[in-house]
Amino acid sequence: MSSIPHDHAAGGHEHEHAHYPGGIMRWITTTNHKDIGTMYLWFSFTMFLVGGVMALTIRAELFQPGLQVVHPEFFNQLTSLHGLIMVFGAIMPAAVGFANWMIPMLIGAPDMAFARMNNWSFWLLPPAGIMLVGSLFVPGGAVSAGWTLYPPLTIQNGMGMDLAIFAIHIMGASSIMGSINIITTILNLRAPGMTLMKMPLFCWTWLITAYLLIAVMPVLAGAVTMLLTDRHFGTSFFNAAGGGDPVLFQHIFWFFGHPEVYIIIMPAFGIISEIIPVYSRKPLFGYASMVYAVAGIAILSFIVWAHHMFTVGMPTAGLLFYMYATMLIAVPTGVKVFNWLATMWRGAITFETPMLFALGFLFLFTLGGFTGLVLAIMPVDIQIHDTYYVVAHFHYVMVAGSLFAFFGGVYHWIPKWTGTMYSEKLGRIHFWLSLVFFNVAFFPQHFLGLAGMPRRIPDYATQFTDWNMVSSIGAFGFGISQFVFLWAVIKCIRGDGAKAPAKPWEGATTLEWTLPSPAPYHTFETPPVVK
Amino acid sequence: MGSTTHGGQPVYYFIPQPSHWPITGSVALLLMGGGAAFWFNGYAAGPWVVALGFAILLFMMFGWFGTVIGESESRLYNKRVDLSFRWAMSWFIFSEVMFFAAFFGALFYVRNLSVPDLGAGSITGNLLWPNYAAQWPTVGPYVTQQFTPMGAMGIPLLNTIILLTSGVTLTIAHHALKAGHRGALALWLAATIALGLTFLGFQAYEYIHAYSDLNLKLSTGVYGSTFFMLTGFHGMHVTVGAIMLSVMLGRVLKGHFDAQHHFAFEAAAWYWHFVDVVWLLLFVLVYWL
Amino acid sequence: MERTSKGTRGRRLAAATFAALAALPAVSHAALEWNLQTPVTEIARQQFELHTFIFWICMVIFVGVFGVMFYSLFRHRKSIGHQAEQFHENTVVEVVWTVIPFLILLFMAYPATKTILAMKDTSAPDLTIKVTGYQWKWGYDYLQDGFGYYSSLATPLAQIEGRAPKGENYLLEVDNPMVVPVGAKVRVLITAGDVLHAWWVPAFGVKQDAIPGFVRDSWFRAEKVGTYRGQCAELCGKEHGFMPVVVEVKSTEDYAKWAAEQKQKVAAAAAAPSGQAAGPAAMQAALR
Ligand code: HEA
Ligand code: HEA
Ligand code: CUA
Ligand SMILES: [Cu+2]
Repeated sequence: MSSIPHDHAAGGHEHEHAHYPGGIMRWITTTNHKDIGTMYLWFSFTMFLVGGVMALTIRAELFQPGLQVVHPEFFNQLTSLHGLIMVFGAIMPAAVGFANWMIPMLIGAPDMAFARMNNWSFWLLPPAGIMLVGSLFVPGGAVSAGWTLYPPLTIQNGMGMDLAIFAIHIMGASSIMGSINIITTILNLRAPGMTLMKMPLFCWTWLITAYLLIAVMPVLAGAVTMLLTDRHFGTSFFNAAGGGDPVLFQHIFWFFGHPEVYIIIMPAFGIISEIIPVYSRKPLFGYASMVYAVAGIAILSFIVWAHHMFTVGMPTAGLLFYMYATMLIAVPTGVKVFNWLATMWRGAITFETPMLFALGFLFLFTLGGFTGLVLAIMPVDIQIHDTYYVVAHFHYVMVAGSLFAFFGGVYHWIPKWTGTMYSEKLGRIHFWLSLVFFNVAFFPQHFLGLAGMPRRIPDYATQFTDWNMVSSIGAFGFGISQFVFLWAVIKCIRGDGAKAPAKPWEGATTLEWTLPSPAPYHTFETPPVVK
Repeated sequence: MGSTTHGGQPVYYFIPQPSHWPITGSVALLLMGGGAAFWFNGYAAGPWVVALGFAILLFMMFGWFGTVIGESESRLYNKRVDLSFRWAMSWFIFSEVMFFAAFFGALFYVRNLSVPDLGAGSITGNLLWPNYAAQWPTVGPYVTQQFTPMGAMGIPLLNTIILLTSGVTLTIAHHALKAGHRGALALWLAATIALGLTFLGFQAYEYIHAYSDLNLKLSTGVYGSTFFMLTGFHGMHVTVGAIMLSVMLGRVLKGHFDAQHHFAFEAAAWYWHFVDVVWLLLFVLVYWL
Repeated sequence: MERTSKGTRGRRLAAATFAALAALPAVSHAALEWNLQTPVTEIARQQFELHTFIFWICMVIFVGVFGVMFYSLFRHRKSIGHQAEQFHENTVVEVVWTVIPFLILLFMAYPATKTILAMKDTSAPDLTIKVTGYQWKWGYDYLQDGFGYYSSLATPLAQIEGRAPKGENYLLEVDNPMVVPVGAKVRVLITAGDVLHAWWVPAFGVKQDAIPGFVRDSWFRAEKVGTYRGQCAELCGKEHGFMPVVVEVKSTEDYAKWAAEQKQKVAAAAAAPSGQAAGPAAMQAALR
């Protein structure tokens, strides 16, 4: 891939910026991609804690049968907000944070293409977050129909639902602006010589993710707009009495929702593709086929949505089509997995924390992919749809998948961000605790689902008790383990650790490692030349 | 790097100064979203909060776009920045296409799947709605309201002609701009805006007619829902397009743009043509078929 | 929103943690549930076998793929002095590992397709029952026989709130179960009165969303007399966790006796069957 031989100083010189505000105003008004990336990442982590506390409340209630901790109605609000907050508040902003920090540096651009709009993309998120979390405290409480917002239950919900709808509108606007920014930056601001097929793979996965976002966020906006008018203005989109259909909402939602899950995983694929070659000291295997695989997944993602709806009673032809199409996604995803393995094969592998998380990702994401495949087999899905098997599936791909990749990415790049090496010891502790507790928390959920425990229930039959206890213990362990991460990061920010050289990783080849650590506020104001 | 030069060399890419406009816009949207939620649930303060938010949003747009126009007129935007704007506008329009796709998808679904499924002949129809003859347009099996559907000929056809003409006048204006005929540019641009406003006037009339004479309302079953959602959403876009064109007209009158530098105008024109194409689809799928 | 004060909650948490730790050694106990429930219909059996089949294929791939990974992690470590090679392409293997998974998928798709075709065949039922989901109970209408009733949770609140010990069928017991004859093909017409629900009996391999305003059908042919328990499987509001499905499969004679009693009751009380959006004529039409 791209390596730049010439030793340039573009990032080296700081010049006076008399009118750059300081203090809090720096963050509020900034047009700097690194500042904005930092804010995205902190916002994401905050939301991860908020969503995590909700998850732990859920797990506390499910620790044993019977109602102990929360009322059923509040339980449903927790489940719904946990899903919404984790997906829209934690995972997606984290991915955008990485994009902001890294894409300009990876392609040798001075900043994002629209630096001021970039600021707005970020600052739209706190209002949306306030509306979502705040909806817990309005009369009637938050949305309690699941993150999937299916009507007619969402029509019954109170004012919290309206807040959720507007929050989704705002987050959608944020995502669309962010995506336009990313696409434009990648297409227009690459350094001379950096052809598309020389870009680090992270840029490719984000390019395609951004395309998916622009294609599906408006569709979600349309869906919730129709919910809003059904709720308040007498329309009948989702009401059979007026000729509509509740299932129509599901189709529109999943037309968004399935690509959305690849939006969640593809930036993670990108990060993994950056990490594995570095710690294997070997170029990424099958670069071109990686690009095609991501594109293939993106295209397929538009035609599989109804695998979330195998139980709505579709005609046979529909069932077969969606089943086959869904199964096909295993092929390009498999290509990616095999390419990563081939990258490691005959390398000179070391096991720094980023690599550990990448390996954890590989192992557990693939496991989650296999359970996805099991779900795709429609007759089997009939048994495990809307059970904890599904919950296990998507936590494997989203937590051990995306989240682990993001942890790996933070460890990989934090020397560049802060100029300080993270503590390898803390990193390892974080990894092993997370790995073990993650599996303790979520592996038993497969058994629960198979045995017949529905999801989204606050209380369960007694034969599910044992696994639920195990799962809850794992969840609390996993939650507490995240303090280690926080600690490791704060240590770096405070400069408590070894000073990071420009290129701390022996095997690193990409452009950002040509810059000093920490990366200066402005980098590549004149583009480097890539050979 | 707010200046045009950078150590004597031209800047590679313009990066704006820190700005307080984005946060202003965020506050505006928070007030509007939160206010609307309170409004729709019967709190008297709701509309006022929304109005306040909207006022702040307008303020932000004036300020932000003013800044952008200022930067553009100071020639801070080089070719590469111009290309960025082109990519951005294209992708923005694509996002709008997908927004409309959600509503068109809903129309397709109810017409071809849910309404037929509700009618006699299917298990649903036989068991639940035996007296419902599924045809389009419909208020659905349960609602008994009588209404007259909106015809395609008459105002909708007229509006089609108006919008198509406006596409032509806009193209003439664009040619005039490229040829440097500023008088003709202003004239044809004004004509385009006038046509747009006429369209909106007719549509407003059509809505009043629907509500008062045809008993066709937003709540008229799924027909009314899709009709008003699609045409209303489109009408909103025409309004936005007309505002964009008006801003362009104002800038033309102020002497902005020349044969090379006028992407703002082109962006507004792209948007207008997009709105045009959507109307054609609407005319065929909502009014005609 | 908390139900209990801080003190008791803390104590309960401590006790519960302790209980869980005590339970851990029991992980390998037979009482633990690992797998799909024992099927009592042909369809459920096919689903069970299909799951087992896919599971093992996945296991084999998994072991193969990660066998390779761990081999590499072990043998190609820098710490044992392995030197990195620099190859990064090989068209042949790339084609191979695209085509082979595809073939494996075909292998999986074939039995799945067969089962789907069998599942969707609702023709020629012996008995048709209309199932209506409500917040939060089920309505069962025996269309041929013209009687119907509601079925709701029978577990006492005291058990749920922990004021009484939990019974054997905690949360999986109802006042009036659905009753069907053994060996008969039962077609269920599923709908809902308010929001979405889903009618699910794991042992029958039937899970069908109940959609207000629409009717969807499914079927089962239970092979063994007994009581089979399932739950509502679509979030339907605050008592979604508290609307179980219980089906009693009776011998043909017992069923006939039961049905006769029900008909008598209807005749006696002239009580309207539950939850009809339309009258009996419509019900007859649906049977066609
Ligand atoms: C990061 C997010 C993510 C990802 C990547 C995936 C990936 C996949 N998902 Fe998942 N899914 C979710 C997030 C995700 N999913 C979420 C959030 C839900 C629930 C939403 C809700 O209801 O709330 C869900 C639900 C869900 C369902 C619906 C379940 C139900 O509700 O009944 C289905 C059904 O088909 C499914 C299938 C798949 C498949 C086939 C893949 C595939 O992409 C996986 C492909 C990967 C592999 C197969 C492994 C690697 C491949 C090889 C090593 C090659 C060789 C392999 C073979 C030949 C088998 N998913
Ligand atoms: C990427 C998204 C994401 C992430 C990261 C998570 C993370 C977690 N989820 Fe997630 N989950 C979803 C997405 C996600 N989830 C979605 C989409 C749903 C479906 C919702 C729906 O049905 O509508 C869902 C549903 C869901 C359920 C099912 C609820 C139900 O059906 O009723 C459960 C139950 O166990 C669960 C548990 C957890 C746990 C324990 C974590 C843990 O990983 C969280 C760990 C993090 C923390 C705990 C925070 C950090 C730590 C602290 C703040 C310190 C304090 C800690 C202690 C005091 C111990 N989740
Ligand atoms: Cu009824 Cu869930
Ligand atoms: Cu999916």
